[in-house]
Amino acid sequence: MGMTMSEKILARHAGLDAVQAGQLVICDLDLVMANDVTGPPSIKEFEKIGRPVFDANKIALIPDHFQPAKDIKSADLAKIMRDFARKNKIKYYFEQGRVGIEHVILPEFGIVAPGMLIIGADSHTCTYGAVNAFSTGVGTTDLAVGLATGKAWFKVPEAINVHLTGEKPSNICGKDVILTLIGKIGVDGALYKALEFTGEGVCELSMTDRLTISNMAIEAGAKAGVFPFDERTKFYVANRAKKPFAPVTADDDAKYCATVEINLSELKPVVALPHLPENVKPVDELGEIKINQVVIGSCTNGRLEDLGIAAGILRGRKVHPDVRCIIIPGSQEIYKEAVHCHWIDIFIDAGCVVSCPTCGPCLGGYMGILSAGERCVSTTNRNFRGRMGHVDSEVYLASPFVAAASAVLGKISTPEEVL
Amino acid sequence: MKIEGKVWRYGDNIDTDVIIPARYLNTFDPAELAKHCMVDIDETFAANVKAGDIMVGGKNFGCGSSREHAPVAIKASGIPVVIAASFARIFYRNGINIGLPLLEIGDDVEKISADDVLKIDTSTGTIENVTTGDIFHAHPLPGFVQEIANAGGLINYIKSKN
Repeated sequence: MGMTMSEKILARHAGLDAVQAGQLVICDLDLVMANDVTGPPSIKEFEKIGRPVFDANKIALIPDHFQPAKDIKSADLAKIMRDFARKNKIKYYFEQGRVGIEHVILPEFGIVAPGMLIIGADSHTCTYGAVNAFSTGVGTTDLAVGLATGKAWFKVPEAINVHLTGEKPSNICGKDVILTLIGKIGVDGALYKALEFTGEGVCELSMTDRLTISNMAIEAGAKAGVFPFDERTKFYVANRAKKPFAPVTADDDAKYCATVEINLSELKPVVALPHLPENVKPVDELGEIKINQVVIGSCTNGRLEDLGIAAGILRGRKVHPDVRCIIIPGSQEIYKEAVHCHWIDIFIDAGCVVSCPTCGPCLGGYMGILSAGERCVSTTNRNFRGRMGHVDSEVYLASPFVAAASAVLGKISTPEEVL
Repeated sequence: MKIEGKVWRYGDNIDTDVIIPARYLNTFDPAELAKHCMVDIDETFAANVKAGDIMVGGKNFGCGSSREHAPVAIKASGIPVVIAASFARIFYRNGINIGLPLLEIGDDVEKISADDVLKIDTSTGTIENVTTGDIFHAHPLPGFVQEIANAGGLINYIKSKN
């Protein structure tokens, strides 16, 4: 019987010729990753096991959540991870000034590549499905065992075939695709399952679009969101991948538990209303919703293409007087490139805050926390109650097109209302 | 393990941001996390929860972030078991891994209300609602995942294999 991409990667890493959905397997891991929130408790659990790290060259420790340290306790967390990284000679530890948001820099630096199996103590680890890897979020105990053994157990997931067709309109990006999908299937629509993207619509999507889409697979409950390997993937990873890699392709007779059709040509700019990513509505059906803040950044939409979209809208315009607009490049490379492109000039001239790379406000850490009753349009991934600050604040998830347009007009807007 | 306790009842899609908001994640001390558990949807929980009380949620309990601080905060609050219609997968793994039994019972969860008293045998997955007289059976854990649960969590399980 044919296999999905997820089944093929799990089979390969379990040392088996074939696996089937539902099967329990123990797999060898290509990369084990944690951040400054999840790394320190993982290290504490790891030390209980009493073994050395399995392979210092296959571990990434990324201080991105509360760093540069937002307070003394966060500085202590960073120190625990830094000391551990030095002591164990961890290859992929990045200090402030060299670090970026974990799910932005690992693909950008080619540390993740097609066919790899990755666990990360961060739910958005599913991002790397965009480069044809199987990667999934775990907690600190799984991560600790991964650090010690290089292995993890998996229940091979059933896969939902997300079949993409049609041409993508110019005001639509990956964020609209994934929000539309979550709106259709719900926040538990892919619980315990993998999303696998197929169809001729895949080639319409840039790598940035794909990274955004895979990133939010978890917001439908999915274990992973895997894209096929095509010419765009090949081009993206060619000069990046640190090691030889082996892509996977789904068999023609692969078995999917369901199929969801998305015609890209029919998509409209959408937002997810508070307080769940499934509360998705087209922007043009919203009426007037005034806002106080815009955040453009995060592991979902903090890439160069995202900043370029925002710069295109903010060029020669001003952020609305009642709005704070916070721009957060996902990595130092992206920041530097945005400087070269004079996009940072555009942002500052428009009246935006520009921050160093950090997860910051996305999870209500710092750098843009909301007060009671405030509303934010954000390119981040979650709009749960209290996610970005006060329990009575609201987050509307949107693309960089919608976020930048909303920053200019002071209300949730489509790019067409500005351009 | 046999447990008898009073129910704290919550709804669908209880996310890890409300179980333990990120503003408290600059520590991973269980007792400190327990002080803020559920605060954004239930300010009374942390002050009034008693050891042995039981938490019951709807579908997709524990969705969102992978933070293991969430099941740790629940466990450190004195809750020995969580029951839900379904669990988000990372939370589910985390619960098993830290030795917090999670019982999945589908739509039967609708027959449990706040302040009901439940009698639970986690080894068999049998749940008796003492208040209403209903009896439910949780879905069993597959294969060696049951062994991880029996060992009291993944670290104990791995150490037993050392």
